[in-house]
Formats: sequence, C-alpha cells, structure tokens
Amino acid sequence: MATTEAAAEAGHSAGMPQLNFETWPNQIFWLLVTLVIVWFVVAKIAMPRIGGVLAERKGTIGKDLAAAEELKAKAKAAEGAYTAALESARAEAAKIIAATKADIAKTLAAATAEADAKIEAKSAESEKRIAEIRAGAEAAVAEVARDTAGALVSALGGQADAGAIEAAVSARLKG
Amino acid sequence: MAEEGGLVIDPMHQFQIVPLGGGDHIGLFTVTNQTLWLGIAVLVITLLLLVGTARRSIIPGRLQSIGELLYTFIHDMVEEVTGHDGAKFFPYLMVLFTFIVTSNLLGLIPGSFAPTSHIAVTAVLAAMVFLTVTLVGFYRKGLGFLGMFWVSSAPLVLRPVLALIELISYFVRPLSHSIRLGGNIMAGHAVMKVFAGFAGVMGVASVVPIAAIAAIYGLELLVAVVQAYVFTILTCVYLRDAVGEAHH
Repeated sequence: MATTEAAAEAGHSAGMPQLNFETWPNQIFWLLVTLVIVWFVVAKIAMPRIGGVLAERKGTIGKDLAAAEELKAKAKAAEGAYTAALESARAEAAKIIAATKADIAKTLAAATAEADAKIEAKSAESEKRIAEIRAGAEAAVAEVARDTAGALVSALGGQADAGAIEAAVSARLKG
Repeated sequence: MAEEGGLVIDPMHQFQIVPLGGGDHIGLFTVTNQTLWLGIAVLVITLLLLVGTARRSIIPGRLQSIGELLYTFIHDMVEEVTGHDGAKFFPYLMVLFTFIVTSNLLGLIPGSFAPTSHIAVTAVLAAMVFLTVTLVGFYRKGLGFLGMFWVSSAPLVLRPVLALIELISYFVRPLSHSIRLGGNIMAGHAVMKVFAGFAGVMGVASVVPIAAIAAIYGLELLVAVVQAYVFTILTCVYLRDAVGEAHH
C-alpha cells in the first residue's frame, strides 16, 4: 500500500493536498453537482413531505384532543341529566309519600271519628240498659224482700200487714 | 512504511485526491475518491430522507424520526436565530446542514474520505453563504444594508473607525467560516493518523496510541456534528444581518 501511494504522491506537489490548486476545479465541479442533487432530494422532495407529515400529525392530535374534549362535555352533560332525573324522581317519590301519608291520616281520622261515635252510641245504650237492668233488679229485690217478709211474718204466726211490710222493706232498701 | 525503516508519518497523505480510474491527471470531470464519497453522501441522504419518509406515517419509524428530528432542529434554529423573515431560507440551511453533517460523519469511517476536510469544498460553501447574505441584504434593504457598518450607538468620532473594522470583519467572514470547518475536520483526521503512525512502530506499547485514537475518535464524532451545527448557525446569524430588523 505504501509503495503505490508513495508513487502516486510523488507526482503531486509536496505539502497539503488541500492547497494543491490543480484539483480545485474538479472538486468545485463535483461539489456543485452534489449540492444540486442534495438540493433536489432535501428541499424539493423530503422537506415538503416531512413538513406535511408534521402538519398532519399536529392536525390529527388537535382533532383528537377536540374530540376528547367534546366527549368529555357530553359525558358531563349526561351525568348532569342523570343527576337531574334522579333528583326529580326523588322529589316525585317524596311528594307521593307525603300525599299518601296525608290520605291515610285523613282516612284514619274519619274512621276513628266514626268508631268513636259508634262507641259513644253503644256505651250510651249500654248505660241505658244497665240502668234499666239495675232498676229492674231493684224492683225485683223489693218484691222478693216483701214476699219473703210476708212469708216470714205468716210463718211466725202473725198476720201480714201489707202496708207495714212495704214501709219496712223500703226503709231497709234505702238504708 | 516498514521497508523505509524508522518513524515515517505522513498524516496529510489521507487527504490526497486521486483519480479512481488510475493515473494522476485530474481534469474537471475526472471521477476521484472525493467524487465517490460525495456520491455516497448523496446516497445516504437520499436513503435517510426519501426512503425513510416514503410511508409518510403519522407514527414515524426510526428513519423517519431522524428526518423529522433534523427538520425540526433546523427549523427551530432558523426561527430563533434568523427570525421569522428568515423562514424562506430554511430549505437552504437544511441542505447545508444535511450535506455537511453527512460528509463529516462519513469521513470518520476508517479508510473513507471527508470532502469537508478540503478547503475547496468549504470555501465554496462559505462563498455561497457570503454571496447570498450580500445579495439578499442589498435586495431587501437597498443601500440601507450598508447601515450595518455604521454603528449608530457609538460616539460619532469612533464611527468611521468602527465602520472600517466592521467592513474588514465582514469580508473576513467567509475565510473564517470556511477554514473553521475544513481545518477542524482536517486536524482531527491528521491527529488520528499521527497516532496511528506511532502505533505502527511502538510494539506492545502501541496500546497507548491506540487508546488515544479511540478517545480522539469519540471527540471527532462530536466535532463532526458540532462543526456542521456551527457552520449552519453562523449562516443563520449572517442571514439575520440581511433580513432582520435590528442589528447588534
């Protein structure tokens, strides 16, 4: 390797190859060719493509974010509607409960009043009957006492005086 | 080298431009080793940016990711440094960066050839930037473009002196612009060659220069990217003079 390169080098001027101006036109020519090709590849094809992809990605991300935002708002609205429905159902139920309670109380009060009236009537009648019975019983007791007294008097050999016995029995009964 | 005996190191030999077809005459259209590596750079760029993005997927693959990374990197650089008016130079800067970074990195393949190590190449690139900046500056601002040499914030007596300095610095720009890139790449490659020469004659102790080559290789990878970046961002800075509103 050393020999061939040394031979090649011998043909050129010594020192820095960079300062060998004989090669400059060649270098500049091929550099310009290269730059033109790179320009086409990079600036004309690759950059619009990459720029497009980046813009598209930005758009997609923005759209996705907007969609997510929208869905979030929808979910929130749905939750609100659900809560409102629940709330109104609860209020409705409370109203129904209150109405039913009032209804029941009214019915109950009416029934109680009726029952009270009936009980009142019944007890008045009963008292009347009891009074009758008592009166009857008292009469019966007087009768029995009179009869017994009369029988006792006659058994003892006396003559029963109806008026005296009557007076005696009445006095005893009162006593 | 061995048959010549002793330590013979020719670090500049690797930059020799030789015709691929043999012989040593180099005409305008002669295909040389440099032409070959320029062509390989074109192929790599095409593969990376055209084949890689051919599917235009919303969810990018690996090659497309590299292309997109490159695109957004240069795009942000142009927006930040040159300003909004510089946006139309985005393709130009993209071409510059892509070409330079590809050539630099391909040049680091052992046995390859780095076109960007040649002043002829970097000088053309820098001259193109210089011409673009000057023409665009005069086209956009007319004679007002010369206002950038007249530092209105300085005391009046100093202004002519500063104008002279600014003018000189303006014309030195393409020189520094091109030699910075070419010199960096050339120096790195030459240093590695020098160490490789040491490794050839040091026997067992060669591990030292070989380790040094490995370390310098890592550094050169960094330099390859950073110099492409520097060249591009300096172009942005120069373009800002031509299109931007304020100066300094």
